[in-house]
Formats: sequence, structure tokens, C-alpha cells
Amino acid sequence: MILLKTVNLRKQFGETKACDGLDFIVSKGEFLSLVGSNGAGKTTLVNLISAHLQPDSGQILFEDRDITFMSVTDRIKAGIARSFQIVNLFDGLSVFDNVALSIFAREGKTVKIAALADHDQDVRDESFDVLGQFGLTSKSAVPAGGLAQGERKLLDVAVAYALRPKLLFLDEPTSGVSTREKTQIMDTVSSVVRAGTVTAVVIEHDMDVVFRYSDRIVMMHEGRFLADGTPEEIKANTEVANILLGAPLTA
Amino acid sequence: MKAEPAVSHRSALPLAGAALVILLGFALVPLFAGTYQTQLLTYGLIAAIAALGFNLLLGYTGLLSFGHSAYFGMGAYIVAFLAEGYILIGLPVTAILSALFGYICVRHTRIFFGILTLALSQVLWSLAFKFFWVTGGSDGLRIPRPTLLGGLVDFTGPGAFVRFINVYYYYVLAVFAICVVVMWVIVHSPFGKALQAIRDNEVRARFLGLRIRRFRWIAFLISGTFTGLAGILWAPLNGLATPDVLYWTFSGEIVFTALLGGFRNFTGPILGGIVFTYLKTYAVATTEYWQLLLGVVLVLLVLVLPTGIVGALTSLATRFKAREKS
Repeated sequence: MILLKTVNLRKQFGETKACDGLDFIVSKGEFLSLVGSNGAGKTTLVNLISAHLQPDSGQILFEDRDITFMSVTDRIKAGIARSFQIVNLFDGLSVFDNVALSIFAREGKTVKIAALADHDQDVRDESFDVLGQFGLTSKSAVPAGGLAQGERKLLDVAVAYALRPKLLFLDEPTSGVSTREKTQIMDTVSSVVRAGTVTAVVIEHDMDVVFRYSDRIVMMHEGRFLADGTPEEIKANTEVANILLGAPLTA
Repeated sequence: MKAEPAVSHRSALPLAGAALVILLGFALVPLFAGTYQTQLLTYGLIAAIAALGFNLLLGYTGLLSFGHSAYFGMGAYIVAFLAEGYILIGLPVTAILSALFGYICVRHTRIFFGILTLALSQVLWSLAFKFFWVTGGSDGLRIPRPTLLGGLVDFTGPGAFVRFINVYYYYVLAVFAICVVVMWVIVHSPFGKALQAIRDNEVRARFLGLRIRRFRWIAFLISGTFTGLAGILWAPLNGLATPDVLYWTFSGEIVFTALLGGFRNFTGPILGGIVFTYLKTYAVATTEYWQLLLGVVLVLLVLVLPTGIVGALTSLATRFKAREKS
């Protein structure tokens, strides 16, 4: 079943075609990886779908609804959430508050001005539940700004996940951490996402990670899709393998 | 499954207890201090309310207003215009003004926000200055001693001034206590948390689905209203409303107050308001170069105690605790 579909999506920055007429399809329940060299247009595609950017032309359909011109707030309500490549957290708030705020926002409870946030038992329970799933329970009282890089990456995903989206974009969830931590993060993220039956689209550079965790891999190059298939199919594709290894295109 | 949190419910009970003890301490002041000291402390409490409101924007929303004199001054002038019995009638007026100015200002952030607040407050100042047949111009308007609690308490006859100061002190103290509690609840509410999130990271807050501008606007409205309330309370005590309290240097004093106490702490602006009142009063009494003295304090503050008095005390306490542990 198709969850998200883009039709001839275009976005250009000056001369650079970051998205050159993309028809991107995400099926419900899959764990999809977007790969490609820097500047291939992966983040731009995610930015367009999450309303961080407006497309020049084309259409975005989510659950058969046209969301091309929907505001960020409405897209989040519809069920699209994202994390960020460069960690984006509320550094002055505690780890607990970061997740709790996500839940307050989702429930429309941020209008509550005459009630203490800490006294909302439902939100507390759910926050600790999410923190537990991401292995951050022991850090709940620490300000987010005081976490180690690996934990920050996890919290960034946790904040997006706590919105309970149908479709979750993760922009390089393992960038800037050690190899050992990468596996840890991806194990956690993929198990949480699969357990929560969330559809996930992950931008990732580390091909070991990509091959190990994805159901499907979509490869981009200069604003276009170059390949699309299961990890086995992608491995077997020599042209793609060449690009992944950094060899120039000889087409 | 309910994983029992590492941090359990932080009980507000000890905090409430401490606040009550401090409040009792304040309540005892007029019994021991003279009329002058009581009057001075009343000014201090009023400055604390103004700074408390101001800091909802600076400390919790991350917006530096350079025009809070507008709301303070509006409060003072409204009392001069209409109040005899009910000075708190002025409250909705300052709220409307804050909503109006806030609506314009929150379209921008950072320096542009600051400049807009400054410009709007200066408009109000020039109106008060030029329309002298309404506002008395630079002479200002005299404010008669009001009756309190809807005429239940009035101040006439012999010894009226002393009686007024003593009663008015308790009146202001009560309003102050209510303001502190209300503001404390606001900054600890889901709404308050959202403000802090917007302060820390606007982009991420937007990607939680928060409507940023609306939050800033409501924060502005509350902030201005608190400061306006301070102006309302100030007017009868001062007995005169002049354009000085609308002028931008007065906005600067409010900023100074928050910096002095520490804008990163809830109690910072409260302490800042009281300390600043004494500082200014004694500086003026000591030297005709009092502005120079305050300027030096401000420079030292920014260089040596950037987190203000409360911030410095807190980090001292943390260091002390850490040393005890090791």
C-alpha cells in the first residue's frame, strides 16, 4: 500500500537541480534508505516532503491527499515527522522535557497555561516509555545540551518518534558517531520503528548500515534516482557499486 | 509496564514552604522598619513585578524587549486618568496595549524585534510628551491617593501618609505574591515549556507542529500585562505620572534589573528588581554622578557576573555541593 508519493517533484538552487522531476514512492511499513553522494539531493527531497522547503513544481501525495502546499503544522498532524542531520534539540530543557514536549505538542496540550507540566501523568508515563525504548531513561533529568553525541542523536530520533508519525524521516541518524555507536543507534532505532509499525525513510552514508537494516534502497545522483531495489539487487548492480565506490560515471 | 523514573515527581512542597517563609519575612518588615524603608521596599516589589513580566520574554522566550516602558507607563497614566477607587481597572487596558504592540513585534526576532519594541514605546512617549492638554506634557499628571479594595480602605485625616504607606505595602505585597505564583505556574506549564523550546530551537519547535508566532504573541501579552500591572501599582505610590516612565531609558532600567538578578533563573528578576531599587536610590543619594555609578555596575555585571546575582549564587552552590561529595 502506498503511503507517500511524489509526482514530478522539482527543486532548483541556482543552476543546481537538487530534485529533478522525482517520482518517489514509499510503501506502508517499509524501512527505506536513501543513499547517494553529498549533493545528490537526498536532504532536499526530505526537506520538500517535510515542508522545510517549498518545491518549484510537482506534487506530494500522502495517503492519497495532496499535501504539496500544506503547512508544517498540518503535515505533522497528518503524520509526517523528521529528525535532523545536525542535531536539533532543546538544549536548555531536560531530556525528559524534550520528549514530553513532543507529546504535549501532539496532543494539543501546549495551550495549557494553568497546569503544571510535570503533573500530567499520561504524558509522564508515555515520555518515560519512549525514553526507555531509546535507552535514555537514566539521563532523563540531564539537560539535552549535556548529552554525549551518540545520545543526542538518539534523543533527536526519540523526539520525532514521540509525535507518533506514520512516516518518519531520519536524516543521517548515525553521522558523527563512532562505528560501535552506529550499530547501537541503528539497532535501537530500527527495533523501535519496526515495533511501532512506523514507516521510516533514512538518509545514510554508511553502506554497511544501509545493507544491514533496509528493506529497500533508493539511490540518488544529481537530483535523480539512479537505482531502486532490495539490498541484494543493489549489491548486484555494478553501475551503482561503481558510484558508491566513488568511480566517475561513464555513461 | 511503568519504568519507575530516575527522577520522580519533584515535590513542590519544600519550595512552597520556602516561599511562605520569605513571604512572612516580607510581611514583618513594616513592623520593624520605618516608613521610608517600607516605602522603598514597596518600590522594590513593584520593580520585581515589572522584571518578572519582562523576563517571561527574555529568559523564557528568548526575546529582548527594549520597550517595556510602554506598558509600565501606560499602567501609570491609566491610573492618573481614571482611577480613584479601582486602580486595577487599568489592567485590561495594559493587556490590550500589549496585545496590540505584541502582534506587531513578534513578526520579527532578535535585533529587529528589539528595535520594534523600542520604536513603539517611543511613539507612546512622544504622544505623552506632546499632547500636554491631556497628559500634562513633561509636568505629568498628579495622582491622588487612591482608596483600596473598592473604597473599603481610604486615606484621609491626620497620619494619612504613614497609614497609606503601611497599608499600601501589604496591598502590593499581596499582588506581588499572586504574580509570583501565577508566573511560576506559567513557566512550568506545558505552554511555558513550549516557550522555552522555542527559545532553544525555533526550527525544531516548528517541526513539533508548534505555531511559533502565536506562542510568542501570548508570551508578549502576558509579559506586557505584568509590567503594566507594576506601572499601575507604582503610580499611586509615586503620586505623579511623567513621561519619564515611558522613555526608553526606563526600558533600559527594566533590562538592567533582569540582568542584575539573572535572567536565566526564575528568582533572578525578582531579586534584581529589589536590589536595583536600593542601588539606584542610594546611588542618587550619594553622588550626583549616580548614572556613572550604575553604568560601572552594569559593565562589571556583564564582565564578571553574566548570569546575574542568582546565577552566580546557584553556580557557587553547585560547586560547593560537588566539593562536598568528592
